[in-house]
Amino acid sequence: MYDSIILRSVARLMLPILLMLAVFMLLRGHNLPGGGFIGGLVASCAIILQLVAFGPEAARRVLRVNYLGLAAFGVFFAALWGLPSLIGGQPYMTSLWIPEPIPGVGKIGTPVLFDLGVFFGVIGVTTQIALLLAEERRPRETHDAGTPAT
Amino acid sequence: MILILAITIGCLFAGGFYLILRRSLVKLILGLILLSHGVNLLIFTMGDGVRRGAPPIVDKNGVAPINVADPVVQALILTAIVISFGLTAFILTLAYRANQVTGSDDLDSMQGEG
Amino acid sequence: MVNHLFLPLVVPLISAALSVMLGRWRLLTRTLTLGASLFNLGYSGWLLWLVSSAGRQVTQASAWAAPFGIALVADLLGAVMLFLAALLMFCTIIYSLLSMEPEYEQFFYYPLLLLLLLGVSGAFLTGDLFNLYVWFEVLLMSSFGLVTIGGSRAQLTGGLKYVALNLIGSTMFLIGSGLIYGLAGTLNMAHIGERLITQSEPGLTTVIATLFLFAFGSKAALAPLFFWLPESYHTPPPAVSAIFSALMTKVGVYALYRVFGTVLPGELVRLAPLILVLGGTTMVLGVFGALNQTEIRRVLSFTIISEIGFVAMGLGFASAAGLAAGLLFTAHMMIVKTALFFLAGAAEQVCGTGDMRRMGGLARREPALATLWFLAMIALAGIPPMSGFFGKLALLQAGVSQGHYLISGWAVLVSLFIFLAILKIWHEVFWKKPVEDLSQRPRLAPALLIPGALLVILSLVIGIGAGPVAELSTQAGTQILDLPGYIEATCGPAGCDAVTLRSH
Repeated sequence: MYDSIILRSVARLMLPILLMLAVFMLLRGHNLPGGGFIGGLVASCAIILQLVAFGPEAARRVLRVNYLGLAAFGVFFAALWGLPSLIGGQPYMTSLWIPEPIPGVGKIGTPVLFDLGVFFGVIGVTTQIALLLAEERRPRETHDAGTPAT
Repeated sequence: MILILAITIGCLFAGGFYLILRRSLVKLILGLILLSHGVNLLIFTMGDGVRRGAPPIVDKNGVAPINVADPVVQALILTAIVISFGLTAFILTLAYRANQVTGSDDLDSMQGEG
Repeated sequence: MVNHLFLPLVVPLISAALSVMLGRWRLLTRTLTLGASLFNLGYSGWLLWLVSSAGRQVTQASAWAAPFGIALVADLLGAVMLFLAALLMFCTIIYSLLSMEPEYEQFFYYPLLLLLLLGVSGAFLTGDLFNLYVWFEVLLMSSFGLVTIGGSRAQLTGGLKYVALNLIGSTMFLIGSGLIYGLAGTLNMAHIGERLITQSEPGLTTVIATLFLFAFGSKAALAPLFFWLPESYHTPPPAVSAIFSALMTKVGVYALYRVFGTVLPGELVRLAPLILVLGGTTMVLGVFGALNQTEIRRVLSFTIISEIGFVAMGLGFASAAGLAAGLLFTAHMMIVKTALFFLAGAAEQVCGTGDMRRMGGLARREPALATLWFLAMIALAGIPPMSGFFGKLALLQAGVSQGHYLISGWAVLVSLFIFLAILKIWHEVFWKKPVEDLSQRPRLAPALLIPGALLVILSLVIGIGAGPVAELSTQAGTQILDLPGYIEATCGPAGCDAVTLRSH
C-alpha cells in the first residue's frame, strides 16, 4: 500500500473502467482476441490495483465474496456447461448456440457460459493469491499453510 | 530471426541452469522462471516457418495462407505460461513459508530433521 | 467412438469444486469425495471390462476429429492403470476418513485428493502429448498441496526439493513436446507415431526421446533422478504417503510405457540398452538406500525406487512380453506398496513414532497388523502365493527368453536385498522386544486395518488367479506395441493424415 495521491485518484477512476473492459473482453472473446481468461485477468487487475492503492481491506470491499469459493464456483460452472451437449448425443463440451444473436451481447451458447466460468475462476484464483500475499505482512495471528492458492 | 531466437533461447537456458545449480533458494526459483521462458521461446520457434514453412492451416482451395502465424504454438505457449504462473506463485509462497520456518535461504542448511 | 470417457474426469472435478465451495459442511465434503471416488472405481472397472472385451475406446472431446481436437483413448494399459488408481484412491480416502486429523480438512485435503485423481485419470486417458503435460501439471499441483499440507519444517524443505525437481522434469517434457511438434507438426500421439514412421529424422528423434526419458524418468524416480522421492514421501501424513507411493511414480511409468511403447517404438529399441542400465542402477541404489534407513516409511520409499528399476527393466526388454511383465509388476507394486504404507501408518500410530529403533513388540501386541504386514511383506519379496512372485517371474521369463541373462541375474540378486530390507522392518518393528513401554498407548482401532487388509487380499487373489491376470497383461503388452491399431482407433482406419487431408 503506497501513500500516493496520484495513484489513489487514478485507482478510484480506473476501477469501473477496468471492470467494464473485463466484461467487454469476456463477451468478444469467441471470435476475437479476448475471452474468459483475459477478461478475468483484467478484472482481477482492477481489484489488485485497489489493493496496491488502498490496502487489502479496500480490495476486499470491491467484491464481498470468498475468492476461493468464487474460483471453485467458476470451475464448477465451466465444467457444468459441457454437459448439455450430452442430451443431443454429442461428446462432452460440444458447442451449442442459440440461433439468433441477442442485440448488444451477441450470440449466446455454451462456450460463452463456459468462458464465464473461466472468468470467475481466474478472478478468484488471481485475487486470492494477491490477497493472501498482501495480508501476510501483518502480524501472523493465524497459522496458515499458504497452500490454498493452488 | 531464427539465429537471434536460437541465441536468446541458449542464453536463457544457460542462465537458468546456472541459477538452478546455485545453493540459494531465490536463485533456484529465478532459474526455474528463466527456464520456463526459454522453453516458451523454443516452442515459439517450433511454429510456422522454421521447419515446415507454413502453419497447419489452409483455405478453402487447399492453399496455405501467407502472413498467418501458427496458432497451435501460441495456444501451447499460453497454456505453458498459465501453468508456470501458477507454479511460480506456489513455489514462491512455499519458499517464503520455508524461509519463515527455517530462517534460511540456503538449500543445504535448511535440511529437515529427518 | 463412445461418449462417456470424460466421466472419470468431470465427476472428480465437479465434486472437488463443490467441496471447496461448500467446505464448511464437512460431512458433505466427505460424502462428495467418497461418492466421486466410488463412482470412478465403478466406472473404471466397467471400462476395463469393456476394453478387454471390445477393444480400445475413444471419445473425441467437443466433437473435433482426432488430430485437431483432443482425443481421449482408453486401451488396456490406460484402463488397467485407471482402475488401479481409482481403487487405491478409494482405499486411501477410507483410510483418511479413519485416520486423518480434522485440522487438515481446512487446508482442502479432500478436494486436493480429488484433483489428484482427476490429474492421474486424465493422464491415463489422454491421446494427446501436450494434454498429457497439462494433466501432469494438474496432478503435480495437487500433490504439491498434499505434500506440504500441515507445513512442518521437514515437509517444507522436502516439499521444496520435490517441487523444484518436478518442475525441471516438466520443463524437459515441455521442451520435448515442443521439439516433436516442430518435427512432426502434430501433438496427437497416434498422429506423431504415424508421421515419424515415414519422415523420421533419426538424430533429432533420439534427442527428443532422451528428453522424454529424462522427464518421465524424473517423475518415475529412475536413477539418477530419484532424490526428491525419499526426501518428501515420509514427511506428510501416512495416507498421503500411501497415495503418493500408489500414483505419483506410476504416472511416470505409464508415460514411459505409452510414449516409448506406442509413439516412439523405434527409439525404444535404440535406447533399450540405456534403459536397462538405468533400471539396473535404480534397483541397486534404491535397495542400498533402503538398507541404510532407520525410519519405517523411508525404508518403504527407497524400496519403491528399487522396484521402479524392475519396471524400467521390463521397458528395456523392448518386447511385448517385457512390457506385459512390467505392467503386471507395476500393478502388483501399486497394490502392495499402498497396503504397506497403510500398515506402516497404523504401526506408527501405535508406537507414536516412525523411528524403528524406538519401535518393537508389535507382533505380540497387534497380531492382526503383524499378520497383514507379513503377507504384504512376502508379496513384496516375491514369494508365492502372493502377487509379487508372478510379477517377478514374468519379468525374469521375458528377460531370459530374450537373452538378457546379466540383468535378469542382477534382478534376482537385488530381490534378495529387497527381502532383507523389508525383513529388517519386520524384525525391528514387530519381532524384537518393545523398546519403550507401549502399555499406556491407546489400542489400534481395528477399522484402520480394513483398507490395508482389502489390498492384501487383492494381492493374494492376483497371486492365486494369476492365469487370467497374466493373460490380461499379455494382451495389454501386445496392445501397447500395436501402433497401427492405436492409430486406427484414434483417427479411423485410413490414419490421421487422411483426416487432415479430407478436411481440406
